[in-house]
Amino acid sequence: MRELIKMFLAFARIGAFTFGGGYAMLPMLQREVVERYGWTTESELMDYFAVGQCTPGVIAVNVATFIGYKRRGIPGAIFATLGVITPSIIIITVIAALISGFIGNEYVAHALAGIRAVVCALILNAVIKFWKSGVKDWIGILIFAAALALSVLTPVSPIIIVVGAALIGAALTLARGRGNGGAENG
Amino acid sequence: MVEYLLTLLMLMWEFFKAGLFAIGGGLATIPFIYDIAARYSWLDAAIVPDMIAIGESTPGPIGVNIATYAGYNAAGVPGAVLATLALVFPSMVVIILVSKVLKKFAENRFVDGVFYTIRPAVTAMIAAAGWTVLSTSVIDLSAVSAGWSFENLLAMFHPVALVLFAAAFAASKIWKKLHPIALIAAGAAVGIIFKM
Repeated sequence: MRELIKMFLAFARIGAFTFGGGYAMLPMLQREVVERYGWTTESELMDYFAVGQCTPGVIAVNVATFIGYKRRGIPGAIFATLGVITPSIIIITVIAALISGFIGNEYVAHALAGIRAVVCALILNAVIKFWKSGVKDWIGILIFAAALALSVLTPVSPIIIVVGAALIGAALTLARGRGNGGAENG
Repeated sequence: MVEYLLTLLMLMWEFFKAGLFAIGGGLATIPFIYDIAARYSWLDAAIVPDMIAIGESTPGPIGVNIATYAGYNAAGVPGAVLATLALVFPSMVVIILVSKVLKKFAENRFVDGVFYTIRPAVTAMIAAAGWTVLSTSVIDLSAVSAGWSFENLLAMFHPVALVLFAAAFAASKIWKKLHPIALIAAGAAVGIIFKM
């Protein structure tokens, strides 16, 4: 039970300080669930983002469910997911109920402009960490470059990119298996 | 009373469907919201732009924020809570099922090979998301679209944002223990002080 509560609170912190959707959540996730609690690894986090992108629902919630389930089964999944959505429910309800001028408020706009610049730096940091544990060889570099070009220059859906990369991985595994069939046994 | 309970039930059903079929992150929820607003009187399509603005400018996953806002507008606090829970329920079930399958194939050479090439792609997609934020908040590419002159190149950079970006990156590299929350709070303070 203690770890479930810890999990709820960790994900509530992540939910309360993520500005700008799922990807912006990555620096907070790395800090809380990888570095601080060791509930998952950098590589697994990447896999969760990839699968979370292709399954229905909000990516941040999907990643929370993944980590919670991995750690503590279904109760873990529930506590992590409730943790990540609770701050939103409270903050949005308060804003919707009480603060009618939130959107036009100049202080909110200034604060958000500052937060966005910081979020860019945090994402850059997160990308460097992912690069270190996820891009291992020239195939990885090529896939990174192609995926980056596709996401920045074309409106291709992220799902297509993930599925495309998966197919390349499957083809390479098959090719390798055929090339040195006996190698894996030894 | 009966009408209110029916609204809550409808709300849950509609957001359950949105959670089940909106693939690709929070903003994929928007078309579902328009669809709901078109079919029911308890949700007004006119609030959708505000909903997106609030969803993006408050902490938390955007899709969750949107569901909470829509639920609150349709049926108050119970609506906010139920719409959000209904939205995340299907994806929770799907992820638990996917986890079970992945666990089964954890040592599988094939699954390993597939994730081996997916990881660089995910890294690139996150870099691209960072670029999207950067190209609107720290640099402004529209400044050079008028032509490549020195003035235009200079106008491309928001000086305060650029310094803040560099300082935040340096700080996170120098003080590894510094929590992202501290940097986010500092960013908000700098934004207000310098009227960014």
